[in-house]
Amino acid sequence: MQAPLAKRIWDAIAAPFDGWLMVFLAGIFVMSMLVLFSASNQSWHKIDNKLIYTVMALAIMWVMANARPQTVMNFAPPLYAAGVLMLVGVELFGITVNGSTRWLNLGIVRIQPSEIMKTALPMMVAWYFQKYESTLNWRHYLFAVLLIVIPGVLVLKQPDLGTATLIMGAGFFVLFFAGLSWKIIIGGLVAFLASLPVVWNMMHDYQRRRVLTLIDPMQDPLGDGYHIIQSMIAIGSGGPWGKGWLNGSQTHLDYIPERTTDFIFAVYSEEFGLAGNLLLLALYLGVITRGMLITARAQTLYGRLLAGAITLSFFVYVFVNMGMVAGILPVVGVPLPFMSYGGTATVSLAVALGMLMSIGNTKR
Amino acid sequence: MHRPTRLKDAQAEESQFQLRLVIAYGFMVLMLLTLAARFIWLQVMQYEHFATLAQNNSISLVPVQPNRGLIMDRNGVVLAQNHAAYTLEITPAKMDDMEATIKALGGLVEITPRDDRRFRKFLAESKEFEPVPLKLKLSEEEAARIAANAWRFPGVEVKARLFRDYPYKELTSHVLGYIGRINQRDQQKLEEDDKLANYRGATHIGKLGLEAVYEAELHGTNGFEEVETDAGGRAVRSLRRTPPIHGNNLKLALDIRLQEVADKLFGQRRGALVAIDPQTGGVLAFVSKPGFDPNLFIDGIDSATWKSLNEDWQKPLVNRAVRGLYPPGSTFKPFMAMAALQSGAIGPYDLRPAPGYFTLPGSSHQFRDSNPRGNGMVNIGKAIAVSSDTFFYRVAWDMGIDRIHPLVGQFGLGQKTGIDLDGEASGVLPSKEWKEKRFARFKPEVRRWYPADVVSVGIGQGFNAYTPLQMANATAILAADGKVFKPHLVQEITQAGNGKVRLVEPRPVRTLAFRPELYGHVKDGMVAVMRPGGTAARLAAGLTYTMAGKTGTAQVVQIKQGAKYNAAALAEQYRDHSWFIAFAPVEAPRIAIAVIVENAGFGAASAAPIARAVSDFALTGKVPAELQGKLITMPQPAQAGDKQDASAAR
Repeated sequence: MQAPLAKRIWDAIAAPFDGWLMVFLAGIFVMSMLVLFSASNQSWHKIDNKLIYTVMALAIMWVMANARPQTVMNFAPPLYAAGVLMLVGVELFGITVNGSTRWLNLGIVRIQPSEIMKTALPMMVAWYFQKYESTLNWRHYLFAVLLIVIPGVLVLKQPDLGTATLIMGAGFFVLFFAGLSWKIIIGGLVAFLASLPVVWNMMHDYQRRRVLTLIDPMQDPLGDGYHIIQSMIAIGSGGPWGKGWLNGSQTHLDYIPERTTDFIFAVYSEEFGLAGNLLLLALYLGVITRGMLITARAQTLYGRLLAGAITLSFFVYVFVNMGMVAGILPVVGVPLPFMSYGGTATVSLAVALGMLMSIGNTKR
Repeated sequence: MHRPTRLKDAQAEESQFQLRLVIAYGFMVLMLLTLAARFIWLQVMQYEHFATLAQNNSISLVPVQPNRGLIMDRNGVVLAQNHAAYTLEITPAKMDDMEATIKALGGLVEITPRDDRRFRKFLAESKEFEPVPLKLKLSEEEAARIAANAWRFPGVEVKARLFRDYPYKELTSHVLGYIGRINQRDQQKLEEDDKLANYRGATHIGKLGLEAVYEAELHGTNGFEEVETDAGGRAVRSLRRTPPIHGNNLKLALDIRLQEVADKLFGQRRGALVAIDPQTGGVLAFVSKPGFDPNLFIDGIDSATWKSLNEDWQKPLVNRAVRGLYPPGSTFKPFMAMAALQSGAIGPYDLRPAPGYFTLPGSSHQFRDSNPRGNGMVNIGKAIAVSSDTFFYRVAWDMGIDRIHPLVGQFGLGQKTGIDLDGEASGVLPSKEWKEKRFARFKPEVRRWYPADVVSVGIGQGFNAYTPLQMANATAILAADGKVFKPHLVQEITQAGNGKVRLVEPRPVRTLAFRPELYGHVKDGMVAVMRPGGTAARLAAGLTYTMAGKTGTAQVVQIKQGAKYNAAALAEQYRDHSWFIAFAPVEAPRIAIAVIVENAGFGAASAAPIARAVSDFALTGKVPAELQGKLITMPQPAQAGDKQDASAAR
């Protein structure tokens, strides 16, 4: 018996999407629409835009989920090479905004190559390990480190410490899943910690002060510490059950900075309380758990490395953003996945999750 | 590698990968649990605390500006003050349509093109959320009109602010300097000095002169006010206030009346005058002519005015007293005489010929005397009195530069005096090393010290170049028999919080190692300058106290061999500078003065009368006849014989 047409079309559309991931993402989406409406002071304009981004993201996710990983994989080297070239271009003639040079004007569009690198780098490293799978030795690890460090340093010079850390982190996750020796991981960690006092001694007084303000925002309650204090007040005053949707006083009295983008979680937290926070954490944990399962079942080395790196990176975004808003991590510009308002981040996350789905779709 | 091993490897790899997956997953879950714990801490355990904070959170912390300290003269006359006035300010971040708002405001108060230009300039330099002044010093009526229409203009505020004012304008420009709007450079400097927090909400900072040097004293410490605000961020009521600590007041050694007398005596002429109390180092008068109106700079000078000041050939913005370098001419001779006597090159009573010119052995070059007939045989005192050049040529030649330099240098010539002003020039007391360094990039013939170089150094020409402040300081040291003080403008700092007064200690920094009796010989020569036969004898008429002085004429252009100096034939800028140094009373000096009048010729003609009149006013309170009734610091026309406060300089 032929199924109704509508059902067949639905199946065709739904087929490449990963069911579990879509459930969790849908949950996040609902919460994000609610909180954006409140954070933007009920701006229908922003809601419209967010819907457009979401449709675009779904389309891209669908395309990526449909493509075979083996096909997409072959785009990794040219994409990576183009990314590095564009980063060099940024270094030479990029557009400077707020003292850091991140954008490249390509005539018709302005693009931010570091954003592309967030995905291109783990793809490239995973592709590289796949290519030399049978002959892997320490030289390959060394070369992979080089692949990670080159774009990392270029982004660091923009300067954009936050994004550089995310990019290099994504590359490192691939190395980790590819079996980088524990000795090196622990050794590197120890070396990093040991270098901290040296770095501290090399810093200017005012740089030290910034670090100290970070640790104790109360030191400069009207200056650098202001945002973080206000955001902690928003979270704390939300209490177990929240103040209710559209009722966050911190939000509506203008005390939360960047409240539709980087600090949107403070708005959410104020209005939905601990209960809302735990729900959102559970939804994110769902995405992460599903990502780990896909990683575990992935067929090829490329697949498992990339899926693992995407999942870990996704976790890092969530953790860094929430940690920053909750006052346990420094303020760096990392958006909260699918919650923060903004087209670029939404689309690039959709690309990554689409690839994750396509890896999951490639059955044994 | 053969197959079984390979397979085993693959299995091992697989299990290693799965292990890492578990570790990574465990790590992520742990970190998310940490976040959950943080949320529980904030939202359950600290809930009360944060709920209270949020409730009060219509409460914001606003910095309260301290009042800038006052600057007063030695008698408490206020030279730099603050007065309150309204300003109209716009916060760019709260503007939807800036141009429309400005246009609408223009219908309520007059906004001149100058206001507009200044506003655009500030706008470009400010941050989005900082209020930028559109119009300064609104009248009460204008302020009321804006306040009544405030609802139409979100982001527009009328604020009461304190404005800095320098009531004596040009008179104090080179002493006080001025404050100006905090710019990017100031901001950076404040950040590096860790002072930014104390400048939150501040708009002005000392840029020049005492305002800049004593910025840390004058600025004060921010207070904070907790203000309840409504949703729009407007202050509703004040809840708690930590008052600011106002800036400290400065009291100068300077006497503004003496300053005005000295300033006005210059008339339209250019030059500088510094008067120092030789017993304390306090600066009694500090004039650089022409001056400028420092009030112009406080809220941004417009470019046309700035250009006209900056490009004026008379250079009103240059502080001649600390930055002007002039050859001292014959005012150098008393210090040269001290060096000669100390070194033993000549005894106090030794006679030497003082002919019309001096030649070096084996040379035909004539070093001429200002008196072409010469002065016969003179001792050192007479040589100072008649200002014999040939006498000092010979003394310099006999001593050589290596003996002159360290001894004359004792008087601080060619070194910064350390006065409490920025930008002091060091000047040049020539030496072999100095010439070598100065002409390092030239040929060896140029760099080398020639024996003949010392001859013109002996009469204060040649490479000699000093600031008027250095000459006044050297004169004060001589007057005080070698007691050296650091010259200072500020004499007392009054702590705003507790009224405690800090004094700038009137204790000598050191005492020079000259034989004590030598000062008397040189001073006798300087007294004789003002006696019949001396170069400034005319100036002594009617002195009611004793005065010692020395005239000087600094050549601006070299005169050719055999030619005669003819002032009338030279363009004004090339005429000689007129110098005079003096101190009085001779027995117990209370004032030491150095005056230079640019392009005014012989020292006795222009500079000396100024020094005499300044000294008269400082010691006896006598107002010069030509200034009577014209002084803003002494509004009542002073009657002849009506003695002003005779302690003017004490």
